[in-house]
Amino acid sequence: MPFKRYVEIGRVALVNYGKDYGRLVVIVDVVDQNRALVDAPDVVRGQMNFKRLSLTDIKIDIPRLPKKKTLIAAMEAADVKNKWENSSWGRKLIVQKRRAALNDFDRFKVMLARIKRGGAIQQELAKLKKQNAS
Amino acid sequence: MGNFRFHQYQVVGRALPTPSDEHPKIYRMKLWATNEVRAKSKFWYFLSKLKKVKKSNGQVLAINEIFERKPTKIKNYGIWLRYQSRTGYHNMYKEFRDTTLNGAVEHMYNEMASRHRVRYHCIQIIKTATIPAKLCKRESTKQFHDSKIKFPLVFKKIRPPTRKLKTTYKASRPNLFM
Repeated sequence: MPFKRYVEIGRVALVNYGKDYGRLVVIVDVVDQNRALVDAPDVVRGQMNFKRLSLTDIKIDIPRLPKKKTLIAAMEAADVKNKWENSSWGRKLIVQKRRAALNDFDRFKVMLARIKRGGAIQQELAKLKKQNAS
Repeated sequence: MGNFRFHQYQVVGRALPTPSDEHPKIYRMKLWATNEVRAKSKFWYFLSKLKKVKKSNGQVLAINEIFERKPTKIKNYGIWLRYQSRTGYHNMYKEFRDTTLNGAVEHMYNEMASRHRVRYHCIQIIKTATIPAKLCKRESTKQFHDSKIKFPLVFKKIRPPTRKLKTTYKASRPNLFM
């Protein structure tokens, strides 16, 4: 089972613990075996332990220790934000956030929508069963 | 990153002026301590070992904290120290890669405690310096001097995102593959 996601300069990672939980950051340099120098467009560059990072599939092309402007330009060029939001992982996180922010009326609407969807599925299933039986 | 246990202070002091010596020599030391009070105390400890002056016949003229100039740049720090082991005093040279000197010093104290069981009060820092990559002596720092560094994270520890969500028992075994 070879590895596909490497810690390297330009790897995009998701912070999974701590104050910056949920933020996408770019690995800009490696301090030592446990820590990386990490940067994002609206964050002061700082070091972070690898234990707090989940590597993603996205990698951008940057020289080692880029200036903030170069970093932002490279992120725009690689379209990190859109790639992330369209990836299955990114979409799951967006849905989770949305679900957590529902109010009671929204949950009522969701319930109705689920019943409707379930009804449509059952109808199709009944049709197919009839076809199969005959 | 701000929260350091050890801060670097510059302490400047001299003996008190006496009728025989109107302008005593002023000495400056850079040292590490957890707070200013301890820094001043350490200053007198070292100074009285080097010169004939004590806290009672001297004065501290200035004490300033020294902050890191470029905390976003990774540097290789070399630390020369003198420590007391169970059998005697030894000198040691250690290298650390870190963004700030305070972080490297904290790393050093932790490492001395873990590898050699030497506690804080048995360690004296002789000298610290930023070492350019060519002059680093330890393989463990030199292996990170690679502009195209690339390595996989071998095993993923599953952690709840806050300690509040921690549970003793889990329903299923975690998948440790990255």
